[in-house]
Amino acid sequence: MAIALALVLVVVGSVLFHLLSPWWWTPIASNWDYIDHTLVITFWITGVVFAAVVLFMAYCVWRFRHKEGSKAHYEPESKRLETWLTVVTGIGVAAMLAPGLYVWSQFITVPDDATDVEVIAQQWQWSYRLPGADGKLGTSDSRLVSAENPLGINPEDPNGQDDVIVEAADLHLPVGKPVKMLLRSIDVLHDFYVPEFRAKMDMVPGSVTYFWFTPTRTGSFEVLCAELCGTGHGFMRGVVAVDTEEDYQAWLQEQSTFAQLTAPEQVGAAEMVQP
Amino acid sequence: MVDITPRAVDAIPPAEVPDVELYHPHSWWTTYVFSQDAKVIAIQYAGTAMAIGLVALVLSWLVRLQLGFPGTFDFITPEAYYQFVTMHGMIMVIYLLTALFLGGFGNYLIPLMVGARDMVFPYVNMLSYWIYLLAVLVLVASFFAPGGPTGAGWTLYPPQAILSGTPGGQQAGILLMLASLILFIIGFTMGGLNYVVTVLQGRTRGMTLMRMPLTVWGIFTATVMALLAFPALFVACVMMLFDRVLGTSFFMPALVEMGEQLSYGGGSPILFQHLFWFFGHPEVYIVALPAFGIVSDLISTHARKNIFGYRMMVWAIVGIGALSFIVWAHHMYVSGMHPWFGFFFATTTLIIAVPTAIKVYNWVLTLWRGDIHLTIPMLFALAFIVTFVNGGLTGLFLGNVVVDVPLSDTMFVVAHFHMVMGVAPIMVVFGAIYHWYPKMTGRMFNEWMGQFHFWVTFIGAYAIFFPMHYVGLVGVPRRYPELGETAFIPDSVHTLNAFITVAALIVGFAQLVFLFNMFWSLRYGRDAGGNPWRATSLEWQTPTTPPPHGNWGKEVPLVYRWAYDYSVPGAPQDFIPQNDPWPEKAAPA
Amino acid sequence: MSVVIVFILVIAGISFWWLAQQRLMSKPWLEQGAAGVLPGLESTGVPTAKLGLGVFLAVVGCLFALFASAYFMRMELSDWRAPPLPSVLWLNTGLLILSSVALHVAVMAARRNQPDMLRLALVAGGLTTLAFLAGQMTAWRTLADGGYFLTGNPATSFFYLLTGMHALHILGGLVGLGWAMAGAWREGASARIAQRVELCAMYWHFLLLIWLALLVLLAGWANDFIDLCRQLLT
Repeated sequence: MAIALALVLVVVGSVLFHLLSPWWWTPIASNWDYIDHTLVITFWITGVVFAAVVLFMAYCVWRFRHKEGSKAHYEPESKRLETWLTVVTGIGVAAMLAPGLYVWSQFITVPDDATDVEVIAQQWQWSYRLPGADGKLGTSDSRLVSAENPLGINPEDPNGQDDVIVEAADLHLPVGKPVKMLLRSIDVLHDFYVPEFRAKMDMVPGSVTYFWFTPTRTGSFEVLCAELCGTGHGFMRGVVAVDTEEDYQAWLQEQSTFAQLTAPEQVGAAEMVQP
Repeated sequence: MVDITPRAVDAIPPAEVPDVELYHPHSWWTTYVFSQDAKVIAIQYAGTAMAIGLVALVLSWLVRLQLGFPGTFDFITPEAYYQFVTMHGMIMVIYLLTALFLGGFGNYLIPLMVGARDMVFPYVNMLSYWIYLLAVLVLVASFFAPGGPTGAGWTLYPPQAILSGTPGGQQAGILLMLASLILFIIGFTMGGLNYVVTVLQGRTRGMTLMRMPLTVWGIFTATVMALLAFPALFVACVMMLFDRVLGTSFFMPALVEMGEQLSYGGGSPILFQHLFWFFGHPEVYIVALPAFGIVSDLISTHARKNIFGYRMMVWAIVGIGALSFIVWAHHMYVSGMHPWFGFFFATTTLIIAVPTAIKVYNWVLTLWRGDIHLTIPMLFALAFIVTFVNGGLTGLFLGNVVVDVPLSDTMFVVAHFHMVMGVAPIMVVFGAIYHWYPKMTGRMFNEWMGQFHFWVTFIGAYAIFFPMHYVGLVGVPRRYPELGETAFIPDSVHTLNAFITVAALIVGFAQLVFLFNMFWSLRYGRDAGGNPWRATSLEWQTPTTPPPHGNWGKEVPLVYRWAYDYSVPGAPQDFIPQNDPWPEKAAPA
Repeated sequence: MSVVIVFILVIAGISFWWLAQQRLMSKPWLEQGAAGVLPGLESTGVPTAKLGLGVFLAVVGCLFALFASAYFMRMELSDWRAPPLPSVLWLNTGLLILSSVALHVAVMAARRNQPDMLRLALVAGGLTTLAFLAGQMTAWRTLADGGYFLTGNPATSFFYLLTGMHALHILGGLVGLGWAMAGAWREGASARIAQRVELCAMYWHFLLLIWLALLVLLAGWANDFIDLCRQLLT
């Protein structure tokens, strides 16, 4: 008896928890509200199924619990009922899958006007590279990584000279412009994860992965690493600031290019000697 | 439809099996230690699995203590945290659940349920256990190795698994882990051959495939899958050992670790992930299918009703087993593999939900118009359905490629897989132990301790893992020893985490009551008799309880019917054992 | 993963073919009585030991299919440079074929109850197998002398890994062969020994098949074949 009550309470409790608890996703800051919609559809369908199955079970347990002299009904199977249930389940599954696949096809189709932004991960910090005035990123290779060239950018490649380097600092993005995040790691697996953007993707050393999104509101958002990358994994944080166009341009002016960072080396060394 | 006439029954010769030398062990050592009796091996497997599982349980407390009260326990450093998480996961999935369902329940139940005297290759079966024990010991040794066990996460993803930024990566930890897994796979293969061939060859007269209890179907299908899936883990482990020890570059790309160029080059970490999940996804069903089978039998027996839609249940088990080999990459939607794979794997993953749902409907429909005895095995079976439905439905979130994107690698995933392949199968394990303990020992479990254990475990486990989904929904990533000051995580999440930890500790301690009960009832439990649940399947029809080596005494049983003849109209009792010739008279002995 | 998928499909095909004969569509609750009169429904009719070995070989096959899958996936990356195939491999292939033939002869001899022929064939099988293993060692030497080390290019690493795995399985088989030999010397060509010899022969034929598949893989013919398939498709 208690179990029938407990089953009802599990359903009621779960539904109330879902509706009343303060824990829900963070307010979205990108164009991927489609993902949220798909999630909500899934919540509805699965929630109804869960409540229906468990409540039906509770009813059965209460109604058909053992009483003196009671005997079970004999019924090996019912083809009609089973077929019917299969069809309904199939429809429910299709109702979740179809929007899911549709949104996925959008997710992997990068719009032509998206700007490239490269994220470089290493244990345990984030760096970024923006294409300079030419709009193109230079090639890179983790074999080229050294103390002077921590991101492994190819110094021979003319496209790379004007690339803006943001090493171990905040990334700024202009609001309302689609960006294609090119993800690169120079040591182990990482995952560039900003909860407000919804999108995320692993970074795999040896290859470049990507995802795209359009920031839809200004603000400062936290970057976390979402793929276990060693002891510092939990502390691998960064910040993405989404700015208005003016603020973004102002920030961009302050950044150094690859050429600026590599060329004045001797000057810096000379200054050190001079005192 | 072939109906066998009573005349044909009379024609069956009795099967007197000659006394086999093997069934008369000569010494204490060969009876209890180096035994070739599948039932003793089963108990050895189960005992070892539960012992190492207890270690994993304690590790989970430490993990939860850190998550619930970060900064309180100085000895739980990030390194230690990752080591605890890794070992907890690995032990629970492989050394506890796989070993317990297949090595434990498989060994005990297959020969009894199909009416065999023993496994077909008893010596190999014994070796299987001892190699498994060795694997467990190697695993335990890693706790005492310099640098401690590996902290690479149970998925052991390279490159980090074998680099110095991960605990045990450049020390003995990862080596012992890989060695232990390789041993486990070798040992399991030996056992698995036995389970499969025994079902194929060892069935007694009249035991056709469609008369087998679903428990045997579940364990059989899971074993076939495991035999084909574990080689993938074997390949991954061997290649990773080569990378780590000999410096090959199967999985290792050119990389710079802590400012230093390593000599690796060109390898593919994704290749490892494909191999790992080619094992890892079937592994989910290797744990789930035996649970599906066992829970079907528990529900049917304790609701005094045949399992609804037996044929559909069999087809669903086989179908799920086959499909589960083409869904593996749904663990890799955000791994950076080619995005087109997402369409294929999302579709196959959601298709597999259909046969799974049918199984759930049939369990619930078995309750409909039943005569439900709310015994402890039945309670655990009901708890299984609730937690499995819950965990299975959240699987639809994670399997549906784009919905997975925001949720993957968050606590939502942790909550999902704990619910569906942690809590749910463990409920079945408990139900099964309460159900078959009387056969194994001849005594009943203490009812009151059992009730206490059930209620705390069911409500407690639900209270741990249901709210945890919402922690993930907020965006809290998994495998974070502490969240620190993070803007998007409200303080209430920390309170919720503390609540989950308290619930976890309570549930953990309730398991000690269960263990105590297991030993207490061995001595003080009520006498069970041969068939306390009045069940139909063959294991309850043995001449003596607990069954001796050789199971059946002089003659192996002759099977007249399927395993679910409960409440048959016109029958004198509400169950007809499989070896009961009713309504005909027995074949002449 | 295409190789292993094809392998799993084959296994699934065999399983479903067998299951299809097990009356899975029947309604068991309608069929009371001892169905022992229905032939072929209680066991497969294959000797148990043979069936056991068959299942084990399926596992071994799966293992090598997975190695082959890994080989193909790794091959697609840019740093792949296949080492030259040591010519001694052709000799080794011949030796392994000979040992397989010798074991086949041993099976025939055991069936016809010719103990001397059986012993001779078993020894011949054992010696050719040992020669094969020695030949494989020579192949490793040749590669190492040519500067192709285990830690070099992944193609070379795979060469050592795959041949090594295969050799390990052959070594395991030699234990079984020794067991059959011991029996053959003690008991001659009894039914028990005949079965042992049959199991050995089955194992050897299978490992020969695996070796031929590995050779196709290592010699690069598999890639040519795949390229051909691709061209045909496009």
